[in-house]
Order: sequence, then structure tokens, then C-alpha cells
Amino acid sequence: MTAADTTTPAKVPPPRPAPPPSLPRRPGVKRTSGGAATPWLLLAPCLLILALVLGYPLVRLVTLSFQKYGQPQLWGFQPAESVGFGNFTKVLGDGEFWAVVLRTIVFAAGCVIFTMVAGMLIALLLQRVSGWVKTLVNIALVASWGMPIIVATTVFKWLFDADYGILNALLSKLPGVEMIGHNWFASGPQGLAVIMLLVVWGAVPFVVITLSAGLTQVPAELEEAARLDGAGAWGVFRYVTLPILKPVIVMLTTLSVIWDMGVFPQVFVMRNGHPEAEFQLLTTYSYDRAFVVNDYAQGSAIALLTVVLLLGVVAVYMRQMLKIGEVE
Amino acid sequence: MSALAPEARRRSRLGWNLLGLLVFLTAGFPVYWMLNTALKPAKDAIDPDPSLLPTGITLDNFSRALDIADFWGPVARSLVVSLSVVAIGVVVGMLAALAISRFAFRGRKIVIVGILAVQMVPLVAMIIPVFLLLNDLKQYDRLTGLIITYLTFILPFTVWTLRGFIVNIPKELEEAAMVDGCSRTSAFLRVVFPLLAPGMVATSVYGFIQAWNEYLYALMLLSQKHQTATVWLGNFTTKHGTEYAPMMAGSTMMAVPIVVLFLLVQRKMAAGLTAGAVKG
Repeated sequence: MTAADTTTPAKVPPPRPAPPPSLPRRPGVKRTSGGAATPWLLLAPCLLILALVLGYPLVRLVTLSFQKYGQPQLWGFQPAESVGFGNFTKVLGDGEFWAVVLRTIVFAAGCVIFTMVAGMLIALLLQRVSGWVKTLVNIALVASWGMPIIVATTVFKWLFDADYGILNALLSKLPGVEMIGHNWFASGPQGLAVIMLLVVWGAVPFVVITLSAGLTQVPAELEEAARLDGAGAWGVFRYVTLPILKPVIVMLTTLSVIWDMGVFPQVFVMRNGHPEAEFQLLTTYSYDRAFVVNDYAQGSAIALLTVVLLLGVVAVYMRQMLKIGEVE
Repeated sequence: MSALAPEARRRSRLGWNLLGLLVFLTAGFPVYWMLNTALKPAKDAIDPDPSLLPTGITLDNFSRALDIADFWGPVARSLVVSLSVVAIGVVVGMLAALAISRFAFRGRKIVIVGILAVQMVPLVAMIIPVFLLLNDLKQYDRLTGLIITYLTFILPFTVWTLRGFIVNIPKELEEAAMVDGCSRTSAFLRVVFPLLAPGMVATSVYGFIQAWNEYLYALMLLSQKHQTATVWLGNFTTKHGTEYAPMMAGSTMMAVPIVVLFLLVQRKMAAGLTAGAVKG
């Protein structure tokens, strides 16, 4: 730190750099002299496609969940008739559904918490290691981030294989541990823990890289000031770093919740396309109702309930995006 | 900081480095083990006490992987689907991104919030109505059906990312060109477009990766005969068990090109994805 830096009059730096003064942004001012129709013309193809491939199915999802829709309706032998809230009362009255909801929430919460905590710890660690260690860790992180989910799932299936998996072999090397032949997927909780590890392994890199970028925005002067005032490492983190990173953390957490509630291929592929009852999450349960039991209406009702469950989280995410001025 | 003696600091740096190496080993191990298994002789792969180091290099597993089921057909189909989706996505998405980033109009905010919100709808929730829709349109088991379906997630993502890149190009550049006599269109083509090109390439590559990696819709909307590359990987597990060494060879063939593509654009995309969070 140079003398010039230390002698500048003390002022609290803004948490985020203000936009350069040479570029005044006046969102309210009309920017174009063209007709008001131009933006809509530009938007038209995009909105048309989204209305067809997203809007229509969303509406269909809602109407389906109020109908009786099975195999005969799919082939057109019988018209789909309305059953009111029938599907919902059936789903909500089913004990298995509530078990699945609880399992999904516990699973997603576990994934999110482990991802965020591990991501934060690794991001902080990367600030303290030598340059070459940082490069190595970054290479490993980007490689695991870039792995297709299907490939990652396949690899984890191999790592955790009962007879020839490397994990059981390594664990058996510990004194008094005999794990060869141990089937990790014999019980739901243990199998889901393995799948959670897989999800966390794939999700941590994005969190680390985003948080590392955020950490570079934390002004060193503020940390120094807190340290001079007697704050320990935890105090600096709790009262300086964390508040500044809060918008990033909120964004990452909400995104993670949405992604982890939507985990599907990991469970599906790990269980060879037929997840047992103990492995069902809301996504696979809805799929199972629709395409295995052939009750498309009930599957839709479950999917719709999942979306409703997520709405609150989405609202938090959108509010954060509005607050940080990304949407103006 | 200055309170610490130099040796103490060096010692704590050593501790952090060891911890960092541990993170490196843990995060990188699955990738290493995939490559290791793919390259070792198949008989060594089913050793109950496997060696952590390579035991000799062979490409047998790769030729076995290519034999098990047609590989190039699925790859060609995945290429057709992903490239079409990206081409449509970037052209259509570019127009929309321009509209929401360079024009002030009534309803703009609603469009932006809408585009952000639809990205939050879990894809899995949509599979049932999409399946029924394609069934009605006679597009089940057709690549075109899969292409339209993939636009549901590629398009909002492309619009949002391109918008981020456009916003970072100062509007004054265009205005200067217009003052000098360019029309709005030619100002865009001559000034903004060249600056935007790297961002467009990155967005396209990233969109390509997402389309290439998609599994659920590819599995549900195409029959076995028309499977894509991600679904192809399922061929190694049959009723008679799993051929792990060839499966890891197959995984390697799937992963390496994608990871390389990803490495090329990762830096740019990470900056784009998080721009909103750290920028004022």
C-alpha cells in the first residue's frame, strides 16, 4: 500500500463501484426516435416462440391438473373431462406425497447448505493460498463444472460401485473397516446422500467462482480498519465481508434452491431409470405418476404443486435482481 | 498482518496451501478416475483392490465403447439439434435483447421480469404438457420437436446473457455514429455488432453446451432408435450388469470436447452471469 493511498481522507468506500460519471444513465428518458412499434417488432419472434413452447405448455399444465387424463385420453379414445380439484385432493390426501415433499425439502436444503458453505470456505481459502495452488484448484473446479451432468452421474456411479468402486476399496484400507460389497444404494437416505454429494460437487465451482469475484470487491481498507479496531478473523468476516457479499449470496442461494429442487437426471440415472419409492423426489414422483402409472393429470398436479412451492423462492430472487438494479 | 512474524506467516501459508491441495485432489478426483479407468486394461478395472496410479495405457475400452451401440449416429443427431437450437436462439434472442436493452417502451419491465421468471420454471415440471403438445403436433420422435422444445430454456438464457453484453457497450458509441450520419441499423451493424461478437460467440458456445448436455427431454421425446449422445451413455448398463471400463471411455468421449469448449468460454460467461451481482 502506497503512502498516497493511506493519506487520502478517510471515507467509506461504496460497497459497489458507482457507474462512471461520464455515462449518465437516465432510464426514464426515451432513447429512440423510432416508432413505438420497433421494440415490439424485435421482440415478436422471441415472444411468439416462448408463447408456443413455454406459454402453451404452462397453461396446459394447469388445465391438465384439473382433468382426468390417462392412456385413453392420450390416444384420443375418450375426451378429457374436468374433475375439478379431484387430482389435488387425491394427491394432497396421499401420505406418500407428503413423505416425498419432506424428502425433497430435506434433500434440497442439504444440497444448498453444503454447496454454499463449501463454496464460501473454498473461496476464502483461495484468497490465502499461493498462486500455483490457486491455479490448480481453479483447473479442478472448472473441469468439474464443465462435466455434463450425465457423465458426472455415470462417474459417481462407478466411484460408489459396491464391488469394484474405488471408494469402498479405499475405505476398506482403513483398519477395522470392511466395505467391499457395501451397496450404497440399498437404503434411501444413504443413496440420496451420495446423490447429494454429486449435486454439491457439480454446484460448488459456480459458487466459488462467483464468490471469488465478489470477494475482490471487498475493499481491503475496510477489512484493515476492522482489524485495527480489534476484530478477529471471524469478526472481519461477519461484519465486513458478509454484508458486502450479501446480494451475491442471496442470488446464489435462491438459484441453488431452484436448481436443487429440480434435480432429476442424477436420481434417474443413478437408479437405472427406476427410482425406488425411497428415492422419489417431487420431480421423479411427478414423472413416475405420469409416465409409469400413466396418470398424466396427477403427474401435472404434482408438478404444479412443485412450481407453487418454488414461487416464494423465485420471488426473493426477482426482488434481489430488482434491488441490485439489474432490472431497471 | 504485520503483527505476525515472517516464519509464522510462512507456516500459515503452508497450512493453507496443504488445504488447497486437498480441495484440488477432492474436486479433481472423479475426473481423474474417469480418465484412469478409461485408459486402463478392462481386467484391471474390475480389480477389488484397484491401484490409484495408471496401470498401463490402452485404447481397447474406447473401441469397445464404439462397438456397444452406434456412437456417431447419436453424436450427429446431438450436433444437429444443438447447432439448430443455438442458431435460432442467437438470432431471435439478439433481436429481443436489443429491444429490451436499447429501447424504452411501455411494458419493457414486464417483458424483462417475464424473461427472468420463465428461466426459473423447472424443466422437469414441463415435460408432461410438452410431451402431449408434441404428440398433438405429430412431432414426437422428431428432431424438430426436440429443437423447438430446447428453445424453452436456450432462448430466455440467450436473451438475458446477450442483454448483459449489450448493456456494457456504451450507447454513446452508437449515438456518435448516428450523429455522423449513420442510420440506426447501420450504427448497430458497424459499431455495436463488432463489439458484441465475442459475447455472442461465448453465449452460443454456452448455449450449445447446455443443449448438448440435456438428458430428460432427449430421453422422453425421442425413441431408442433416434437417441442423442447423452442418452447413448445409458447403453452400457443392461440387465446383465454394467461394463464400467468402456462406460468410462464413453464418458471421456462425451466429456472431453464439452469441457474444452467450456474452458474456452468459462471466463467470459462467469463474468457475464455474475455481472448483475457485483456491478452497481
